[in-house]
Amino acid sequence: MNLILVGLNHKSAPVEIREKLSYDSESLSSSLKDLISNYGVSEGVILSTCNRVEIIGVVDDLTKGAWEIKKFMAESRSIAFDELEEHLYVHTGEDAVRHIFRVSCGLDSMVMGEPQILGQVKDAYAEAIHHKSAGVIINRLYHKAFNVAKKVRTETKIGASAVSISFAAVELARKIFQDLSGKRVMLVGAGEMAELAAKHLLNSGVEDIIVANRTLERAEKLAGEFGGKAVLFSDFASHLKDTDIVIASTASPKFIIKPDDLKSALKVRGAKPMFFIDISVPRNIDPRINDLDSVYLYDIDDLQEVIAANLKEREKEAAEAEKLILGEIDTFYTWVKSLDVVPTIVALRENLDKIRKNELEKALSQLNGLSEKDKKVIDSMTSAIVNKVMHRPVKHLKGNASGVDSDFFVAAVRKLFDLGDIKIENEAKEEDKEKVTS
Amino acid sequence: MSGALFYITAFLYLAATFVFIAYLVSHKDVLVKAGWWVLFAGLCFHTLTLGARWFEGGRLPITNLHESLSFLSWISVLAYAVIVYKYGLKVIGAFVAPFAFVFIVVAFLVPADMEPLRPMLDTYWLSVHIALAVSGNAFFALAFIFGLLYLVQNRHLKTHKLGGLYFALPSLEVIDELNYRCLSYGFPLLTLGIISGALWSQALIGEYWMWKHRQVWSLITWFLYAALLHGRLIRGWRGKKSAVFSVAGFLVLLASTLIIYLLLGEGHGFFNVMEDVTR
Repeated sequence: MNLILVGLNHKSAPVEIREKLSYDSESLSSSLKDLISNYGVSEGVILSTCNRVEIIGVVDDLTKGAWEIKKFMAESRSIAFDELEEHLYVHTGEDAVRHIFRVSCGLDSMVMGEPQILGQVKDAYAEAIHHKSAGVIINRLYHKAFNVAKKVRTETKIGASAVSISFAAVELARKIFQDLSGKRVMLVGAGEMAELAAKHLLNSGVEDIIVANRTLERAEKLAGEFGGKAVLFSDFASHLKDTDIVIASTASPKFIIKPDDLKSALKVRGAKPMFFIDISVPRNIDPRINDLDSVYLYDIDDLQEVIAANLKEREKEAAEAEKLILGEIDTFYTWVKSLDVVPTIVALRENLDKIRKNELEKALSQLNGLSEKDKKVIDSMTSAIVNKVMHRPVKHLKGNASGVDSDFFVAAVRKLFDLGDIKIENEAKEEDKEKVTS
Repeated sequence: MSGALFYITAFLYLAATFVFIAYLVSHKDVLVKAGWWVLFAGLCFHTLTLGARWFEGGRLPITNLHESLSFLSWISVLAYAVIVYKYGLKVIGAFVAPFAFVFIVVAFLVPADMEPLRPMLDTYWLSVHIALAVSGNAFFALAFIFGLLYLVQNRHLKTHKLGGLYFALPSLEVIDELNYRCLSYGFPLLTLGIISGALWSQALIGEYWMWKHRQVWSLITWFLYAALLHGRLIRGWRGKKSAVFSVAGFLVLLASTLIIYLLLGEGHGFFNVMEDVTR
């Protein structure tokens, strides 16, 4: 039982190759079946996003497995094998586990620490469950991966700071205002960016939005979407006094909000803070308003700078996340190795117990005049012998479960006692347990 | 007994200070929680210290300078615990802990002996007067801290430089609210402190008001804070103005208290007057 991962991502392959290889939801189901039945992969997951395509499989032999999966990719997406292969990376064993953990945490993403990838990994795993291509190892692996991703998210600040313009704006708003729920937002100009920022503000608790746009229809449409109110563009200045957050995004070539426009509004507001977000180019808001007390202005460049700083912060946190992941790999891999050990012990016990019962029956049939109590004594004596005989070998098997010699011991015991191959039932049982506990 | 407890308290306040500094440097959330628990443990020991002193002295432990400073430190940390309970802002401890520690250290430096009080001073009026005045000062000290924090956070947001304390500090709005809360508790306490002082002076010396240094300066302080609260409530002052004012107000208060103590010693020079009167 070996874990292997073959794939490509935004770093290893150009978009032309990535789009050729990507699996849509329709082709995914037949591909998964194909992968399991025709390419010697006993368990498999296909992860396909716009930035990466990866196939994770459980195979008997790593070299052969890698080749088979590559062949499968080329054949299932009709790409020339050589053209594809130069972009592919292969991770095996603990490396594969590490890669899957890193991907789930967003450490391998284009935007460091982005959370969407975890959802995509979950979807890929759900597909595998649905098409019964996930077995005991894949199940455990993915539950562990989700677990690690959650841990990384809570214990490091990899996803803590905003890396998009609209989230950066929301974050700033939260450092100015404690609670956004009672605040009024005004969109001046109804561009796409403004719409996105407004959506994020709504998600963060803002309930009151007014929209001013040169074409009133567009303002009304947008206001309708947000449960807000449309106002005439020519009137927007008169609403400033009741507005806490202003998002400007008009196509106006000159400033539409200047310090003088704010004088009366500020008088009415006392020193209640106002937050201006100018996402238009050329700028709509005179930068001098930032010099007014309680007025905070951020233009698009300022927000970009915030994002750049946050990304740097994420890089630092990524180092912490990597450390955390390394620790988790060990625990997972110890389990993978013990997987071979547990069924071996069970088989060994069954084997010895069968011999014991046979011999016990024979002996009892030859002995006459034994009381029930005598029979019980003999029975427990034979059990004790089996247990004593098993004690040392089991200890060695378990003790070596995490060591290098584990495979050797398991193979030796299986050979010596003629235990045959690992039984499928045991895996199925393990799988059930996994489902119950998860 | 109270001595040993006092040492433990001081140690815990110092430890909390270091934990919070570690938090501000590393941004590890565990540390801010740890800091809060250490500071809270300090508060518990501080409370025990005061209790033990009360028991040992047989009177409220707010009579001399040592006890007043200790009480000031205790009230500040207690107020911090309330802030954590109501607002969850554990990070404020980063600024309260060193403050509480400094006052404990100063309390160490002045005589801590529980001398028997002069009979005329041995009334609950003394403790009530000091408790009111000191609590008022503690709230002004917290308002000072919030004022400073407001100015720091305001600067980060104005200059678009989002580093340093920016991530650790809460929003401007909540810092401003806390500043206001502290002022609104501090002011009535100061007022009652002055009134109780006047009443006590009348009872002992026979005069309510003698324009002594302490009285003049508390009046100046009172007017400063009255102006600030008036500005906040009537003129809608908030944010920066209020922050600057609370910082300046506390500096005046601190300087006047310090100078009066250095010049006139304990009892703001009233003891001499009383001796003259009673002689």
